[in-house]
Amino acid sequence: MSAEPHYTLYHPRWYRRRVSVWWWLQNRSYTWFVLRELTSVFVAFFAVVYLWQLRALAQGPEAYGLFLLRLKTPLFLALDTVAFLFVLFHAITWFHLTPKAMVFQVRGKRVPDWVIVGSNYAAWLVLSGAVAFTLLRG
Amino acid sequence: MPSTVALTVARYRPERESEPTFQTYEIPFRKDWVVLDALNHVKDELDGSLSFRWSCRMGVCGSCGMKVNGTPKLTCATFLSDYVPAPIRVEPLDYFPVVRDLVVDLTDFMRKLKQVKPWIIRTEEKPPAEGEYLQTPDQLDTYKQFSMCINCMLCYSACPIYGLEPSFIGPAAIALAQRYNMDSRDEGAAERLKILSEHDGIWQCTFVGECTKVCPKHVDPAGAIQQYKLTGATRWVKSLLLPWGTR
Amino acid sequence: MDLSSCDVLVVGGGGAGLRAAIAVAETHPRLRVAVISKVYPMRSHTVSAEGGAAAVIKAEDSLDEHAYDTISGGDWLCDQDAVEAFVREAPEEMLRLEHWGCPWNRERDGHIAVRPFGGMKVERTWFAADKTGFHLLHTLFQTTLKYDAIQRYDEFFVTKLLVGEGRCQGVVAIELSTGQVRAITANAVILCTGGCGKIFPFTTNASIKNGDGMALAYRAGAPLKDMEFVQYHPTGLPFTGILITEAARSEGGWLLNKDGYRYLQDYELGTPTPKPVFRSMELGPRDRLSQCFVKEQEKGRTLEGPYGHYVHLDIRHLGEKLIDKKLPFVRELCLKYVGIDPVKEMIPVRPVVHYMMGGIHTDIHGATPLKGLYAAGEAACVSINGANRLGSNSLTEILVFGARAGKAAAAFAAEQAGASPSLVAQAHDEQRRIEERFLRKSGGKERIATLRAEMHQIMEESAGIYRTETVLKEAAGKLKRLQERFQDLSLDDRSYTFNTELTAALELSYMLDVAQTIVHSALERRESRGSHQRTDYPQRDDERFLAHSLAYRAEEGSPRIAYRPVTITRWPPGKRVYGR
Ligand SMILES: Cc1cc2nc3c(=O)[nH]c(=O)nc-3n(C[C@H](O)[C@H](O)[C@H](O)COP(=O)(O)OP(=O)(O)OC[C@H]3O[C@@H](n4cnc5c(N)ncnc54)[C@H](O)[C@@H]3O)c2cc1C
Ligand code: SF4
Ligand code: FES
Repeated sequence: MSAEPHYTLYHPRWYRRRVSVWWWLQNRSYTWFVLRELTSVFVAFFAVVYLWQLRALAQGPEAYGLFLLRLKTPLFLALDTVAFLFVLFHAITWFHLTPKAMVFQVRGKRVPDWVIVGSNYAAWLVLSGAVAFTLLRG
Repeated sequence: MPSTVALTVARYRPERESEPTFQTYEIPFRKDWVVLDALNHVKDELDGSLSFRWSCRMGVCGSCGMKVNGTPKLTCATFLSDYVPAPIRVEPLDYFPVVRDLVVDLTDFMRKLKQVKPWIIRTEEKPPAEGEYLQTPDQLDTYKQFSMCINCMLCYSACPIYGLEPSFIGPAAIALAQRYNMDSRDEGAAERLKILSEHDGIWQCTFVGECTKVCPKHVDPAGAIQQYKLTGATRWVKSLLLPWGTR
Repeated sequence: MDLSSCDVLVVGGGGAGLRAAIAVAETHPRLRVAVISKVYPMRSHTVSAEGGAAAVIKAEDSLDEHAYDTISGGDWLCDQDAVEAFVREAPEEMLRLEHWGCPWNRERDGHIAVRPFGGMKVERTWFAADKTGFHLLHTLFQTTLKYDAIQRYDEFFVTKLLVGEGRCQGVVAIELSTGQVRAITANAVILCTGGCGKIFPFTTNASIKNGDGMALAYRAGAPLKDMEFVQYHPTGLPFTGILITEAARSEGGWLLNKDGYRYLQDYELGTPTPKPVFRSMELGPRDRLSQCFVKEQEKGRTLEGPYGHYVHLDIRHLGEKLIDKKLPFVRELCLKYVGIDPVKEMIPVRPVVHYMMGGIHTDIHGATPLKGLYAAGEAACVSINGANRLGSNSLTEILVFGARAGKAAAAFAAEQAGASPSLVAQAHDEQRRIEERFLRKSGGKERIATLRAEMHQIMEESAGIYRTETVLKEAAGKLKRLQERFQDLSLDDRSYTFNTELTAALELSYMLDVAQTIVHSALERRESRGSHQRTDYPQRDDERFLAHSLAYRAEEGSPRIAYRPVTITRWPPGKRVYGR
């Protein structure tokens, strides 16, 4: 390319900036966004572990014991913790998104956002409670 | 407070240079001045060759969107005092082609706006002589927020998806489509959904949410897109379950 | 030279221009109509109108009352046949806008809601919160998108009207993105270029309101009518000139002097009541209220701040709920630009140049004396506004007369044969003029900002709220000298791409022409009427001046003033009475 810009009279010569590979480091919410997109990997991770668990269960008590032992190794514990944090992050994001996606009307009035978000959390607590109750009772 | 402030402005003069450069001006600092006043001071007193758009100077015409210290802003509603004593840096909005200095090209948005059919669609028009279509204040409230868009393009400039995928219809146009969908007088939702559920429509959005944050008129375009997705998804599930019936 | 053509060319993408374009597309679907605008249509200044638009819709109202309020508000200078057409067609135009999607405020039962407004005897102002112009403009613009017949030239700056064989046949315009000078020919041209508030230093008007269309028509030989009538709005924010809508007063706001006293009661505007009363006190007409401010200032009862004298507008007693529902933009603007919350504090306000009653002389169909040239909106003077426009009549006017001009221009265009061959040569001359006068000029030492500031000062001193012979005479001389100095202008920017210094120079030359017509018309009208107050002739003089002034461009450049009679149908001139 020559140093002189190629410009013909009357023809616009627009400058287009290229998006940098590091665009997601430009501001904090872009970074959070990319991390949130990453959470899908960890959701998948849990799903795979779960399938693996089912397979172990099907193979009998011995295989299942082995599976449980594996889960207790430090590597897995660490992975689990990270994945758990990401999934938590994922869940919280979606809770806060619901009022944006669903606008509920009760007697012609829009239900305020915090009610919808709050009921998400409430449902979460109740379900978690129920799960904990079944598990811990046994 | 200092008596002057350093204003760094992106310049691009296509007849002279092939890439943008920066130029710094020393301007007087006044408490009441917005960034646009500073730019006008440059244009009037220091350098008449600086180009930028503006008109109303009251945050309603949508002309004066630029990046101020990295964030998309209406320069007529952004005060110098929010930044000083730090220097101020003004650049054109991201992701649009730069025509000259701080002026970007909006042809792409104007095309997309038309694509989403932002007008009332009805199967049957009532002649004006027969009076108004009734609409209660609550019905008005459901879409009012999305009707507040001034087309300032700050949301596009904040949307990395638009930057990476310029074919994406984008926040404001989708919010305006939703504005008409939610209007009790309109019957065009299905028609618009067809357009918006195509490849360049709502599904490109992965909810960065930055558009809503920068919007000076609290339109919440991110919210509009998510609502739209839900309608789109429900429609799709319904069509799977009841392939023979329902619109 | 790039040459394009269409059948009807609308100059201006504000409310009037867009309404005109739709009217062409609907009545003559076969014609090609184009809208040319120096800013994207939705940036046009209609966008900043706040308060509302008047049209009779309620059972207790009547067309005659709307007409009477308008005529008495205009101090009997309105053409009454035009006013009658205006009030008659207003409701249908407004309903049409409702059908196109304008989010008008509603009653509980879903019918259109109306609010009171200054100078109106009945509640008849439709509103979309306090962003009426914004919603009106965006609704119109989005509606135009559905007509494929409407073509747009966005960001094209018109520099000249093409006139051949005694009729207007198109325009020359600069395409801003490239700097290319282009000719667009048409069988009819409609000027909808808005007002000219930027001739004054302190105004509610946007930077694009420079009287472009008025100057274009004037240069092409069409007269400008009633140019001495410039409206001051009583409530603008000091420094920025941002408007605090009249709706703030019609909802119940008070104007207070420095002693917290509702001073309007001292000026034959009625007695204060806690609730607003139609055509009384703060709901009086704008010309009167602005004049009261000056008198109050002379008595030393205004407050003084860094940007001159001001009084207080108090809306605190309306309460947060009402303010948020009906005046949210007022609150937003005060918080943003003055740093005060009107729910808790009083708003500082002072009179500010707001609206041009005068404009391009047209008949009731928007036709100017120059064949093929039409005008509508604030650029035109039909006239329904007379010597003082009532708040909320203008938005309705741009719809009614935009539509009328559109229909008339389309009918005219459909009859015409093709363009004259002489136009191309004219366009080339214009291109050469722009190049030589501005882009390739050597020498010259005047700056735009200097000349503009001097013009501002001259206009404020001579053509403000009160005027006198000596000052006006002096101003006429000074403006002439400014015109000469303009020839010596030099630009920093010699490039083609988006050259906003070039457009600013052209705008300044438009403003200088229009300023001259204002000063000369004001000089000749030796009486006081509506917004034109002469301290040396304080009375209205129906004997000599129940007439419209017409400013023609004379050979040597200064205006020549002539008069034409006012049309009176049913309301003979009477005394303007408010507060009773
Ligand atoms: C702050 C404010 C509040 C107001 N509130 C009210 C209210 O509540 N009620 C009411 O009734 N009225 C109100 N008014 C008055 C009313 O808004 C205006 O009179 C009206 O909107 C004018 O509309 P228009 O279409 O004639 O012009 P505009 O909307 O000003 O449009 C002018 C158009 O012409 C184009 N143009 C100009 N020059 C050129 C050129 N050289 N080349 C190409 N294009 C050109 C511009 O680009 C623009 O598109 C208000 C006015 C202001 C300033
Ligand atoms: S949605 Fe908001 S940010 Fe986007 S264009 Fe509209 S007003 Fe501007
Ligand atoms: S100048 Fe109109 S929005 Fe800033």
